[in-house]
Amino acid sequence: MARITAGVATSHVPALGAAIDLGKTREPYWADCFAGYEWTRRWESEQAPDVIVLVYNDHASAFDMNVIPTFAIGCAERYVSADEGWGPRPVPDVIGHADLAWHIAQCCILDEFDMTIINDMAVDHGLTVPLSLMFGQPAQWPARIIPLAVNVVTYPPPSGNRCWLLGEAIARAVASFPEDLNVQIWGTGGMSHQLQGSRAGLINKPWDTAFLDRLTADPEALRRIPHIEYLREAGSEGIELVMWLIMRGALGPGARELHRHYHVPASNTAVGHIVLENG
Amino acid sequence: MTAPRDIQAYLAEFDDIPGTRVFTAARARQGYWLNQFCMSLMKDENRRRFRADERAYLDEWPMTEAQKQALLDRDYNRAIDLGANVYFLAKLFFTDGKSFLQAVGTMTGMTADDYQAMMIAGGRSPEGQRSIREGR
Repeated sequence: MARITAGVATSHVPALGAAIDLGKTREPYWADCFAGYEWTRRWESEQAPDVIVLVYNDHASAFDMNVIPTFAIGCAERYVSADEGWGPRPVPDVIGHADLAWHIAQCCILDEFDMTIINDMAVDHGLTVPLSLMFGQPAQWPARIIPLAVNVVTYPPPSGNRCWLLGEAIARAVASFPEDLNVQIWGTGGMSHQLQGSRAGLINKPWDTAFLDRLTADPEALRRIPHIEYLREAGSEGIELVMWLIMRGALGPGARELHRHYHVPASNTAVGHIVLENG
Repeated sequence: MTAPRDIQAYLAEFDDIPGTRVFTAARARQGYWLNQFCMSLMKDENRRRFRADERAYLDEWPMTEAQKQALLDRDYNRAIDLGANVYFLAKLFFTDGKSFLQAVGTMTGMTADDYQAMMIAGGRSPEGQRSIREGR
């Protein structure tokens, strides 16, 4: 049977992708930021997951104002890197796991999560930057990817609790897939940042640190954070952190922290990263 | 569990955050064509047409005059007031060859160097930036 073995969370700042693509990761501005991913790069190569359910948000790349799905699951065989205005990132195509993706979609719909199913979609930095952070620059990504895009741009985004419950539903779906697969779930985005208005540049290290702590110490409390608290404490784009709760909801109550990294800044953003072993 | 029961109260709280415009349904509706214009800049052919004659290209879109002027002025705060969202405006940043850091910094009233220095020093403190009403 398929099983979720671990959860990974990370920021997905586009400038991180640009730094990797342009060979700048050892420059003084970036060195400390990237050093915090070296542990995970080694760990991922040992873990060798077959499939990653990668929770992210599209940044006006695949979805414009015409179609705004709250939860969209990619069920395609393959996804290309989106052109976000600078040309597509020079990364391998993302290979899907269509059978497991359709299985998760079916199970979640029966479980009362009304998923949008996507078959033709370019994937932007929200999805490809985390892959680059964990896997570097391989000729092919070492795992199959199931993209799960969440609307965190147009209000209201889903509540943290709804995200958590979707994570639980995904875990049930994976556990009922008959093939023997090592599956990870990644939650991406955040941490504190604001990209607009006179308050742009807001960073809240104490709040971010407490969020990281509570992923293992008191995850139930994270489910109850209302949108307004993310906005006030973590900046207008800090709301992306609800996506981490899909990852956390998919893990058991005894999930254990294996690694953590926090760095300010990457461009406008506080970079947070955590690795959780399922339990 | 976290579901607000009163949509008016839910939305009203957003106006209590200093220097912030939340991309609500009302703004999404107001900014529909502005944001779709931004999306069109993902195509190189459209970027070239826009650069060649910004005004003429904007006039092809059913935006208000105020929206067009905000874009011509690169007044991003005004554009956001009129329904723009920053991830859509990013297509315009990139058309102009500007990074997120450079473009976002212009919204703060700080110089690019000062904004960059603030970020490297740990970013903007949330103290006094959480609530207008409560002054915290």
